[in-house]
Amino acid sequence: MVDRIVALDPGARTVRAECLVPTESPVFEGHFPGHPLLPGVLMIETMAQTGGWLVLAVLRFQRMPFLAQVKEAKLRSFVVPGQAMEVEARLLHDGSGYAVVAAGIGTEGRKVADAEITYRVVPFPNDTLRAEMLATARRVAMPEAFLNG
Amino acid sequence: MSSTFDTVAGIIAETCDIPREKITPESHAINDLGIDSLDFLDVAFAIDKAFGIKMPLEQWTQEVNEGKVSTDEYFVLGNLCANIDKLVSAKAA
Repeated sequence: MVDRIVALDPGARTVRAECLVPTESPVFEGHFPGHPLLPGVLMIETMAQTGGWLVLAVLRFQRMPFLAQVKEAKLRSFVVPGQAMEVEARLLHDGSGYAVVAAGIGTEGRKVADAEITYRVVPFPNDTLRAEMLATARRVAMPEAFLNG
Repeated sequence: MSSTFDTVAGIIAETCDIPREKITPESHAINDLGIDSLDFLDVAFAIDKAFGIKMPLEQWTQEVNEGKVSTDEYFVLGNLCANIDKLVSAKAA
């Protein structure tokens, strides 16, 4: 869901990313006919992915965060095809085997969604996944300094 | 110890929706209170925040899985609180 990481501050433990909602997608055929809207679950997924990039960066890709819990999710406004989303996440806690972030989405300067997201943070299950995550990180412009432990 | 237990019991009662009077120092978080691993993440987050520590859950899990200690060492609340007190003391030292 994330197109580009535009800012990553390890001191403040925050990340900001951009995501452009495609103008056309099979998703919109059913959601909803004649009134296309980005499904709320994909807004949550966008926040989870953005927070996940932050956790990966903080841990220098030594461990993998998997979505475990979404709390206090609020979908405040519709997001439509072609709209640009600005997604922010802040690491609330880097626990032992888990991490918690606060994430939010804005469009045109207005907050449209937010949630608190918990991840289980575990060793990468295999080298393939880690390599793919590193390749994707480069594709979304994750700064090189965060890619290796 | 008693204040640590009161704090932890309060966290468990609120996080896991368990009546406070059912939670004692002898309670086993999993076997007696039925706290599952996902709920325990919430409990751990609240404990870490409340005491300003980072409970080494991965190390504890590894010790249990390797048979070095029983789950009682970390999941019986009296023992958990003693471990929390040690972490708080170590942080202050």
